[in-house]
Amino acid sequence: MKSHVWRPLYVVIAFVVALLVFRFFYVPNDFGSGKRGFMYSFHRKSNEMEWKNQPAKYGTSGRERMHEYCSACHGEIVKLRSEKLHGIIPCEDCHGPAMNHPENPEKLNIDRSRDLCLRCHTDLPYTTSERKRIPGIDPKTHNTGLECVKCHNPHNPSLEGMK
Amino acid sequence: MERREFLKKCIMVVAGASVPLSALRLIDPEKVLAANPDIQWAFLVDTNKCVGCGFCVKACKTENDIPFDAHVSRTWVERYVYTKDDKRYVDSPDAALYGFTESRIDLGRGEFKEIDPDNVGKAFFVPKLCNHCSSPACTQVCPVGATYKTDDGVVLVDRKWCIGCGYCIMACPYAARFFHPVYHVADKCTFCYHRLSKGLDSACVNACPFGARKMGNIHDKNDPITKIIMNERVGVLKDEFGTKPQAFYIGLAQEVR
Amino acid sequence: MVGQIAQHAMEVHGEAWTIKELFTLPNEYIYWSIQIVMYPLMTGLVAGAFVLSSLYHVFGVDKLKEIARFSLVFSFALLPVAMMPLMLHLQQPFRGINVLMTPHFTSAISAFGIVFLTYASIVATEIWLVYRKYFVQTAQGLMAMKNRGFVDSFRMMIFQALTLGAWDISHEAVEKDHKACKIMAGLGIPVACFLHGYAGFIFGSVKANALWMTPLMPVIFICSAVVSGVALCILTYVVVQEIRKYMAKSKMSRWAKDASAPDAEELEASKHAEVMISSNYLLYFMIAAMTLEILDLIFRGYTQVKSWDILREVIMERDFVKIFVLQYAIGNVLPFIMMILPGRTVRRTTIATVLVLFGVFMMRYNVVIGGQAFSLSFAGFMDYHLPIIPHNFETFKEGLFGALTVAVTPFVLFYFINMFIPAFLKEDSTH
Repeated sequence: MKSHVWRPLYVVIAFVVALLVFRFFYVPNDFGSGKRGFMYSFHRKSNEMEWKNQPAKYGTSGRERMHEYCSACHGEIVKLRSEKLHGIIPCEDCHGPAMNHPENPEKLNIDRSRDLCLRCHTDLPYTTSERKRIPGIDPKTHNTGLECVKCHNPHNPSLEGMK
Repeated sequence: MERREFLKKCIMVVAGASVPLSALRLIDPEKVLAANPDIQWAFLVDTNKCVGCGFCVKACKTENDIPFDAHVSRTWVERYVYTKDDKRYVDSPDAALYGFTESRIDLGRGEFKEIDPDNVGKAFFVPKLCNHCSSPACTQVCPVGATYKTDDGVVLVDRKWCIGCGYCIMACPYAARFFHPVYHVADKCTFCYHRLSKGLDSACVNACPFGARKMGNIHDKNDPITKIIMNERVGVLKDEFGTKPQAFYIGLAQEVR
Repeated sequence: MVGQIAQHAMEVHGEAWTIKELFTLPNEYIYWSIQIVMYPLMTGLVAGAFVLSSLYHVFGVDKLKEIARFSLVFSFALLPVAMMPLMLHLQQPFRGINVLMTPHFTSAISAFGIVFLTYASIVATEIWLVYRKYFVQTAQGLMAMKNRGFVDSFRMMIFQALTLGAWDISHEAVEKDHKACKIMAGLGIPVACFLHGYAGFIFGSVKANALWMTPLMPVIFICSAVVSGVALCILTYVVVQEIRKYMAKSKMSRWAKDASAPDAEELEASKHAEVMISSNYLLYFMIAAMTLEILDLIFRGYTQVKSWDILREVIMERDFVKIFVLQYAIGNVLPFIMMILPGRTVRRTTIATVLVLFGVFMMRYNVVIGGQAFSLSFAGFMDYHLPIIPHNFETFKEGLFGALTVAVTPFVLFYFINMFIPAFLKEDSTH
């Protein structure tokens, strides 16, 4: 090892050591493999909490817990909805995300647009699809320019109950 | 050496050599636990129930701050239309963020195809999202360990560590990943991890009026979703890639890729 | 669609240069664009230049002495540029260091930092061994100077540092350099091939991509790397020699004061010999590269697996001109014929190398962009439109000018490196 030809190696070793020292300070302490091994769970562990702590926006008004979140205050109107028709639609789909709405009851951004109704009620000629079971209209001819809610009651849309 | 003793020694050597082989295969308790932890999230899509309203996409984009006018989405709905003269059309305009409000098919490049209603054979909608695979190709190829699978089976991206090379996007056979237009890192469906950990349904499951999207803990034998996955005929997308998807589909067609 | 896209405030990465057709999945764009074309091109050039220089150092092809030394210095100039396209491509370039900090070795990319640095140290060491005598002599000359100006003092400090404190230039010491150099060059060849072969692996191992996924990819990449590297070295060597000839004729710079400088005829003669021999090696590797590429294509066409329908449409119809005309005909067959026809001249070989370089560029382009030209749904296509006039930083760095920046940088670097490590030296200073 006395020979001068080894000198570049010393430079390389010095470089590697410098890199490792830098790495020691740079890499977060909680970086490492999780239970799924190096291939699938090599990560910074605190990132899991970062994702968990993201704020939620929608309450739980979904189909699985049918409107329990909203009926605490708005029981009357939730009851009004007929289970067969629009009762399956979660309140927040039209009324917007309502996570902090009870604490901070500012007005929700209700979507009354025609486009919202047309998501389901545009008539599409798909006889094999569930879509065909929903009453549909042709948006180009059916009372163009009018909001649907002018005539139809979105909470109880049966044709007898039209406004 | 006597023959008898020789044989004895032979047996000893053989036995000695074979015992350590099995004994050395140590059981790693962590690996056993990983194979059967308490919670393992799985997704169930019933394509028969989907009507293509796109409320799921709207809810997902709202809940997870993916800008509406950015042409990427963590989840999307595809429309398949087969004509009676055996042509197939597929589209997903704006990832179905605004649903399917027109019967014409989006062909890209600003072109559309109007299909004669009498010519329509079968037609259906297929919601899609990240499959949170058991062996995720995207996670395997991340060069820095910025994407990973949690113990409860959700594939996440570390927004502070991702270098934005795009290798995971290339590796995903389902095109579930994209670059977030604001954070400029890889982004994908998280199964609404923040909601799950608060005991809430994920935003798309919550928003679906028709019950086409459901989630469950596949390690809980009494979970209703697990029961469906165990007892009914369900399929997964692109199993040929060996990624073992954890999003199961009822009513999958061969053409759905 | 393009006009609409440009107006959007929320432009997604890839949207500016992707045009979608028929059914493509919502998140599909051409995410790997021109810089990822440049990346294998540049690493290929590095690897190829190094292999050419090793032919002399390891296998003792003495006639290649001058071009070998030139290639070594040139490959050193190309080295930082192999990293440049990646940095320009990253969405988070300042986190690029993470690849070295927390390498996730199940990823083909993670090795990049380590392999790249290993390779860089091998090339640097080899250069140091070749040029140590020159460094010492220059440093001593500068130290002996009486009235050093600022520039000379600066140069002296650089050269003193470059010697790494090894001042012994006795015959035995230089012999030691020579021996060590041979070992480094021998070590360098597998590392160079690994550096580039695994660039091929990065693509070949993407199972989701029907065009990329083939175990032949790393081998194809290595062969085309050597082809492009040798071609670029020949081309640059000829150009530099022409410049030197011009300078010798008009008695500029060193030729004005140094009587021992080679005259124009000497330059011409050495140029001819070196170009002829290197171009032979170019031919061998071209045959290997072409054979493998054609084999891959035939195999895909013959086996006709699920993806073939869409691949056939991309290869045979949409990208036909790019693949068969630009890449194979103009970039491979034409230069090949030019070089095997009898009466080969330096000029003809030089033109052929330009075509070869173009062919290798088109091959990278057709692999990288072509692999993203079809949707994962196998029912749609994506068209790539290289941004020419940039409208923001992203369309600059991943556009024509970004690519040109990458292409020009090695020559600029070579100019500066050449100040301290002259690629052309008189016989006695190096070996």
